[in-house]
Amino acid sequence: MITLAQLLTLSGVLFSLAVAGIFLNRKNVILLLMCVELLLLAANFNFIAFSRYLNDINGQVFVFFILTVAAAESAIGLAILVVLFRERRSINVEDLNTLKG
Amino acid sequence: MLIQLLFHLFAAILVLAALGVIVSRNPVYSALALVMCFITSAAIWLLIEAEFLAVVLVLVYVGAVMVLFLFVVMMLDINLAELRQGFTRFAWLGWLTALAVIVEITGVVWARGGLGLDASHGGAPEPADYSNTLALGSVLYTRYAYPFELAAVLLLVAIVAAISLTMRRRAGLKHQDISRQVAVRREDRVRLVKMDADKRP
Repeated sequence: MITLAQLLTLSGVLFSLAVAGIFLNRKNVILLLMCVELLLLAANFNFIAFSRYLNDINGQVFVFFILTVAAAESAIGLAILVVLFRERRSINVEDLNTLKG
Repeated sequence: MLIQLLFHLFAAILVLAALGVIVSRNPVYSALALVMCFITSAAIWLLIEAEFLAVVLVLVYVGAVMVLFLFVVMMLDINLAELRQGFTRFAWLGWLTALAVIVEITGVVWARGGLGLDASHGGAPEPADYSNTLALGSVLYTRYAYPFELAAVLLLVAIVAAISLTMRRRAGLKHQDISRQVAVRREDRVRLVKMDADKRP
């Protein structure tokens, strides 16, 4: 039987690798989006692990909604990326300084 | 025992693929490594008996989202050398953060009573005639019917937003103007001419 501790450790490792990826690839917007997908996957692991452990199906329903929102997010994110590349000929985060934030 | 073996195999592949996503030099390889991540995650979800979500993960993520990612990566002509600059500048900070988070999470999870519940066993195996899809559907269409419809509307909004963001009109391109086509009158197009019939020679 796969224990709760094993699943939580796996999702923790996955989550921290994705966070490290955001630090490492902070110039490339495409890789940032991919790292966000990894973060969401790690969160989904936790939901499913606890759903099975507590024998409560609601956790899996929540994962279903997370998958929906993540798909919408990546579709719009990539659309913005395409428009951005058309305007600037670059997807470097450091070129996006028009707002002077 | 076999399940433990398979779990460790898939977990190792998953972690290696996640490493591949974040360190590979080419975004195409990153996207393919992410596909590997999703497939091994689906396998692990199958092992812990969340069958419906495993299938949905493969269909939606590998089939739709990652294909979209690959499309965009290959469509854009990116200068990779410029994006790789400064890769190592904050790398130590990233690895340090990752290591700290991993150590903390494993410490909490594996410490006795760290979670406040007994984490040394998993969910009890479901009976043979149990259907995960049936169980999910029976709450999704009753208790969660309203959020389900909201999610559908959200996807529709995402479709409309993605299309309207990326659509552009090039100058000089021929296209139909539907409202002008519909509003046309007979007088604009047809001219009736009255003329005498010719006599046959």
